[in-house]
Amino acid sequence: MTVTPVLVLLDHAPDGSLRPPVRELLTLARGVAGEAGVHGVWAGDEDLDAALPVLAAQGVSTVHRLVTAADVHLSAVLADGLEAALGASGASLLLLVSSFDNKEAAARLAVRTGAGVVTDADGLTVEDGAVVAHKTVLAGTWTTRCAVSAPSAIVTVKANAVPAQDAASPSSPQVVDLPVEVRAGSTRVRLVERTEHAASGRPDLGSANVVVVGGRGTEGDFTAVEELADVLGGAVGATRVATDEGWIGHDAQIGQTGVTVSPRLYVGAGVSGAVHHRGGMQASGTIVAVNSDPDAPIFEIADFGIVGDLFTVLPQAAAELRRLQG
Amino acid sequence: MRIVVCVKFVPDIQSDRQLGPDGRVVRDGGDGTLNELDENAVEAALALAEEHDGQVVVLTVGPDDAVDAVRKGLQMGADEAVHVLDDDIAGADAIGTATVLAAAVRRLSEDAPVDLVVTGMAGLDGLTSLLPTAIAELLDLPALPLASSLTVDPVAGTATVTRRLDHATETLTADLPVLVSVTDGINEPRYPNFKGIMAARKKPVTTWTLADLGVDPATVGAAGARTRVLEAAPRPPREDRVLVTDTGDAGARLAAWLVERKLV
Ligand SMILES: Cc1cc2nc3c(=O)[nH]c(=O)nc-3n(C[C@H](O)[C@H](O)[C@H](O)COP(=O)(O)OP(=O)(O)OC[C@H]3O[C@@H](n4cnc5c(N)ncnc54)[C@H](O)[C@@H]3O)c2cc1C
Repeated sequence: MTVTPVLVLLDHAPDGSLRPPVRELLTLARGVAGEAGVHGVWAGDEDLDAALPVLAAQGVSTVHRLVTAADVHLSAVLADGLEAALGASGASLLLLVSSFDNKEAAARLAVRTGAGVVTDADGLTVEDGAVVAHKTVLAGTWTTRCAVSAPSAIVTVKANAVPAQDAASPSSPQVVDLPVEVRAGSTRVRLVERTEHAASGRPDLGSANVVVVGGRGTEGDFTAVEELADVLGGAVGATRVATDEGWIGHDAQIGQTGVTVSPRLYVGAGVSGAVHHRGGMQASGTIVAVNSDPDAPIFEIADFGIVGDLFTVLPQAAAELRRLQG
Repeated sequence: MRIVVCVKFVPDIQSDRQLGPDGRVVRDGGDGTLNELDENAVEAALALAEEHDGQVVVLTVGPDDAVDAVRKGLQMGADEAVHVLDDDIAGADAIGTATVLAAAVRRLSEDAPVDLVVTGMAGLDGLTSLLPTAIAELLDLPALPLASSLTVDPVAGTATVTRRLDHATETLTADLPVLVSVTDGINEPRYPNFKGIMAARKKPVTTWTLADLGVDPATVGAAGARTRVLEAAPRPPREDRVLVTDTGDAGARLAAWLVERKLV
């Protein structure tokens, strides 16, 4: 067991609320942390008061709040902050939500500190004193366990890796301001503009428990897809064809070059299951496919496949679910 | 303007990809190819070189077959190719590979300054996306990763990209030299034409070893890897699969199945 604390980056929205996967990471962190417990690192000017009750319930002992005039949205600046937080906490394991910006910071940190880094983990254990990350690779077709042999480890963790659970006994987290010395090189990139994506009112695609996806088969009409997503409390995703056609925003694209999802439930409607798309969803817990073509490749990986017309199957499923839920 | 494009030789994603007992991707199936996402990097570099009268060098690190990846880059129109080939690189992790690539870029910049290093957004085998930023950190360059658009202003000496993250869209700019990684949305890669294929035959591929680059084998390859695969197994087949043809009640059956499986 590690005697040093485990440090978790506390990703949060502009209103200061924690991103949902952070609770999962904190749950994982407690599982491997031992006596030294779990620390958080807060990057950004947002007020963290709203997050404190969650952090207390998760048993976080200390939150290192980065203090810097530089913009922590720049991954090099974030890396500077995380380096400081690793120093202040003495942690030898850092967990981050798997996102492109977090991976950028992880890469820089690994180069600087000599840490071993594993991305897109869906589980974590400590074996013989070494951090072992579990992950699926090659578009969800293989599972691996990967040990970090360096003295310190950085692991980025996918959403829905574990169910979030509160600690057995809550803590009262201590918030400590941590001044960050920003390297001269870190502010060479200038952030000209940053536009936060508008909230859809639905869960975040990347971390949703349920994702309903529309492809070319929707012919641009996402009503049935959205209706089923709303009954299931899920997010709406799309194939690249649907986003390229402009039927839905590019943020909705799932696949190797879009968002990677691994929800408990994936429903694909009018989606053929091209390899580029599968790379972003094949690790989902349960896969449901509705497609009028019995030879569509998505049926090869579906737990429940329906050969049928999405415009009749989806509304019927939504209506029946509403009835069953009363 | 001198542009170096880092490209990778990977198993074709349409093929049946496997991991070996050592946890490494099996690369000898004969169905290796230039990483699809790196075609966008080559295209971005060629387009910039055409616009600003530049030169493009394609660079790869990998076993014998990996030369095919840089040859494809030459066929598309790159001017020069470099292949770093050394048995001691086998088993490198992302940071090890980045270390070798960074050393090769450093070596190339001894001949003439490198203004831009371009990579694809990820390798379709490991998909870690760590490499671009790691190279930037090793070379002490500003990084503009995940570009869905890229412009260079040679007069001001700046590069500007837009990029889409999970929660925001950003425009970033930095002074040259910079590292840029590009998405597959940035452009439509050109196909090598007959002329390009013929011309590529005459273009040189330089081969370097770790010794040529002054890289200590103990810091890269399996010896220097900071992560080790303990176990790799094909994901077990999905159990109890159901396939129905809709005869009017499939939606209702799906609903009942989801409830029974406690998925709602
Ligand atoms: C470099 C590269 C990267 C790519 N990255 C991605 C990526 O990240 N994500 C991605 O999704 N794609 C990606 N693609 C594209 C990918 O190859 C496929 O073209 C795409 O996923 C297909 O989308 P689709 O399933 O919606 O369309 P199609 O393949 O056209 O399938 C539509 C399906 O809908 C069915 N259908 C039609 N009408 C109905 C109906 N009424 N009811 C039910 N079913 C119906 C059809 O039978 C068909 O199977 C990429 C391609 C390239 C070259």
